[in-house]
Amino acid sequence: MNNLLLIVVGSVLVNNFVMSQFLGICPFLGVSKKSETALGMGLAVTFVMTIASFFTYIIETYLLIPLHLEFMQTIAFILVIAALVQIVELALKKLSHSLYQALGVYLPLITTNCAVLGVALLNSRQGYNLIESVVNGFSAAIGFTLAIVIFANIRERLARSNMPKWMEGFPGALIIAGLMSLAFQGFSGLL
Amino acid sequence: MTTILIAALVLGGLGLIFGLLLTLANKVFEVPSDPRRDAVRNCLPGANCGGCGYAGCDALADAIAQGKAPVNACPVGGAAVAKQVAEIMGVEDTPVETRNVATVVCQGSLDRCKTKFPYHGIQDCVAATLVNDGNRACKYACLGLGTCVRACKFDAIHIDEYSKIAKVDPEKCQSCGACVKACPKEVLSLQPETLPVRLLCRAAEEGFLVSDNCKIGCIGCELCKEACKFDAITIQNHLPVIDREKCTSCMMCAETCPTGAIWGDFDNRKIAAIDRDLCIGCTICKRTCRFEAISGELKQVHEVNEACTGCGECVKKCPKKAITLSVRKHVRDANAKVGTTMVEPAVPKE
Repeated sequence: MNNLLLIVVGSVLVNNFVMSQFLGICPFLGVSKKSETALGMGLAVTFVMTIASFFTYIIETYLLIPLHLEFMQTIAFILVIAALVQIVELALKKLSHSLYQALGVYLPLITTNCAVLGVALLNSRQGYNLIESVVNGFSAAIGFTLAIVIFANIRERLARSNMPKWMEGFPGALIIAGLMSLAFQGFSGLL
Repeated sequence: MTTILIAALVLGGLGLIFGLLLTLANKVFEVPSDPRRDAVRNCLPGANCGGCGYAGCDALADAIAQGKAPVNACPVGGAAVAKQVAEIMGVEDTPVETRNVATVVCQGSLDRCKTKFPYHGIQDCVAATLVNDGNRACKYACLGLGTCVRACKFDAIHIDEYSKIAKVDPEKCQSCGACVKACPKEVLSLQPETLPVRLLCRAAEEGFLVSDNCKIGCIGCELCKEACKFDAITIQNHLPVIDREKCTSCMMCAETCPTGAIWGDFDNRKIAAIDRDLCIGCTICKRTCRFEAISGELKQVHEVNEACTGCGECVKKCPKKAITLSVRKHVRDANAKVGTTMVEPAVPKE
């Protein structure tokens, strides 16, 4: 239990995927103009990452290792993740059309999102068991959601404020991202 | 070798399983999509100008497919696109409303409108407006620095070389309204292309102030109001307002205007003609005409003379439908009616 708590704190705050490991930067910049879309993206990523952690662990332990196919890890993981994202997309289209439209092109982009593949590979490298893998995947995604929602809110605020012309849009956003990353480094003392 | 085979088999098997899963998911989560929506989208121009009021062509296609927008909602595509869309949607092509065209409501070229000071700042109307409201003497004037030219996605506006004010090419204008939003002076407005007369001045000031600044501005003399026999003109804020419902295209206001602030489409001015075979000499047209342009005695064939302005009132009243309007080939003899003077059309139609 203590171990799981450590994983949660570690993934959400200390080793935040976006802020200290710099994974998943594409959706972090792309879908962070509106806080609602950012939250939707965060939820989609959370869903995909949790399930991906589960399935990649199963594939890894019961298929790749017994057959000595560890070298096919990356390809197998991408296959799993791609299929998962497709299913999520189909489900979203049916269940929440507005969210589907809001995520737009970024949902298929989760397929090649390094954060999702990253969490699967990190789970395997850390030697987590099934529960630890799922918890790690979930909390890493929560960390991603936290970062992107905070970032989106700051960007919304900035969009309304009086910025110099050359700072509007991405230049300002990138500086904010850097400052946020610096702030997250402060958590490194926690563990 | 076996390792490769195993790897290929395992991954192939995985792919197959996922493929089957996806097929299953596709069945379970099937969303009935409207094939008409994509067909409509293909018809639309795809400029994403937002002239229709929706976020872009995709959003408009959605709205049309759902019946929330009319088939002729796209101002850029006009009649051609409306026809295609109507075919797809299986509805009658509602007649397209008169096409709107961006109109420069100012004729204050450099030789007509004075300048307050030489402006050497950023060559942009918004920037120039910040400096003492622009360098033109009239604060309603077109500054001619081309903010609208840059806003236009269709290359329909340019700054006239000699007059130094914006000029719209009605052929190219797609009435998206981007220039109207861009202009800091609100000089541009969307007006129906077929308007017979237009007030091309926005100077809502006392006449003497306007005439100090500009030779062609509206001085609020109200002569047009008096000249209009159909009560279509009212004066508001020192400017005439032409009621399009009441206007009969007689163009008397444009003819009367002493400064030329009202532009008339004189090239398309009409004249009435009476069919000699159909006319029974009932004198209804003669009594209807407010310009004394029809002569003739009872039971005799009537004649239309030069005073006709082409307002078309007689056409409506003729019980035998003997009167037709056609574009007149020569300039109306203004002296045919006392108290009117002919003014050169301010902006010649191109």
